[in-house]
Amino acid sequence: MASKKSVVPFGPQHPVLPEPIHLDLVLDDEKVVEAIPSIGFVHRGLESLVKKKDFKEMQYVVERTCGICSFMHGMTYCETIEHIMDVEVPVRGRYLRTIWCEMSRLHSHMLWLGLLADAFGFESLFYQCWRMREQILDMFEASTGGRVIFSVNAPGGVLKDMPSDMLHAFVEKLDGFETELHKIADIFLNDYTVLTRLKGVGILTPEEAHDLGAAGPMLRASGIARDTRKLGYAAYGDLDFDIITSDDCDSFARCDVRIREMYQSIQLIKQAVDKIPEGDIAVPVKGNPEGEYFMRVEQPRGEAIYYAKGNGTKFLERIRIRTPTFANIPALLKTLKGCQLSDVPLLILTIDPCISCTER
Amino acid sequence: MPKFMPFAGTMLKNLFSKPVTTSYPEKPAVYPERSRGHVEIAVDQCIMCGLCSRNCPPRAITVDRAAGTWTINRFDCVQCGYCTEVCPKKCLTIIPGYQTPGTEKKEAVYHKPAPEKKEEA
Repeated sequence: MASKKSVVPFGPQHPVLPEPIHLDLVLDDEKVVEAIPSIGFVHRGLESLVKKKDFKEMQYVVERTCGICSFMHGMTYCETIEHIMDVEVPVRGRYLRTIWCEMSRLHSHMLWLGLLADAFGFESLFYQCWRMREQILDMFEASTGGRVIFSVNAPGGVLKDMPSDMLHAFVEKLDGFETELHKIADIFLNDYTVLTRLKGVGILTPEEAHDLGAAGPMLRASGIARDTRKLGYAAYGDLDFDIITSDDCDSFARCDVRIREMYQSIQLIKQAVDKIPEGDIAVPVKGNPEGEYFMRVEQPRGEAIYYAKGNGTKFLERIRIRTPTFANIPALLKTLKGCQLSDVPLLILTIDPCISCTER
Repeated sequence: MPKFMPFAGTMLKNLFSKPVTTSYPEKPAVYPERSRGHVEIAVDQCIMCGLCSRNCPPRAITVDRAAGTWTINRFDCVQCGYCTEVCPKKCLTIIPGYQTPGTEKKEAVYHKPAPEKKEEA
């Protein structure tokens, strides 16, 4: 006798998931047979604001796309405009951008680790992760003036400099952060109960990851070494780093890749602080953008794509943002197929969803 | 090799240590020097050019040259600091201290002092 299938709606309001994505889970007993997504609950129409805000004001709109990778959105937008207008950003400006980018990655991954701990019911570990994240936010507030929205980017460079004593104080703080990270990472990577929830859950083979267009740690945890930072935007071309991958292809691999990326981020910040030259942080930008450009950048969640088209007036004609979560949704649906209902919140979290930035 | 209860040490330590958070109104919050709290104007230096008003992304600033007033709706302001960048006289600054909550959207109006008349020689 064929079993009767039932449909369980999941989201957009769900205790484990603060992000408004809706999934219809088709269940056969406790096993998920199919997941049908629907998005569009928080569409804000940010892209169409280009008609009302000129290209310099638009930076302040674009960085509000996301509350976590706010800096990277602002930076990518500015780099896109700089490429259209052939503006060469001073080297110090590019290094400062790199340092802030890596700090964003640190706090984003720390936030994700906390949410992951919360998803498998480890409340105190969740609070420990967020306590550590607070140190990075304090560094952001001391250097940019904002904890979430930084407003330090502008076409042509950055608006605020970090003096050498501030940079060295940050490196010292990061040393302390790294020591704490070792303790926290030990729990995520070695604790018996955590391993039972993560190991072998949500397998995504390298072929599937490639075919479904997964991005970021989701892709690298399936063994594909692809990192847009290697393209050398900002000051990444001058820094020495390897792409972090894992061959396990499961949820544990995604956690492992993100933890190792955090150690790498700390190393990259230290390298950048050692190499940062003195000099200007921005150049004045004159005229209006005319032309178009595609820009790819590695955000904490994966690869984001920016497209901007200018028509010689101060208002851009079109701007298009594709965020990494959008690229990871097909891969998520693949991992959901065949999993247990109780693993669904955990699997949704392993792609590090940011639906608000997906829908803009 | 999986470990059993590696978190127990941290939890025991937490039981006997002070909270990381501070009890806010009792102990005032400390903001760093660069913290973007609110926009402040040295209105006597303002030349009423209106660049801040035209460039403000949420259009929170209005400048009335005839009346000599500089007005900001603090509830619309997003503390981006763009007005301080474009101000030619650099009389706008963004300083720590967040906008306090209120029940109605009030505007803060600043009057430019009338220029002192030069005494005829």
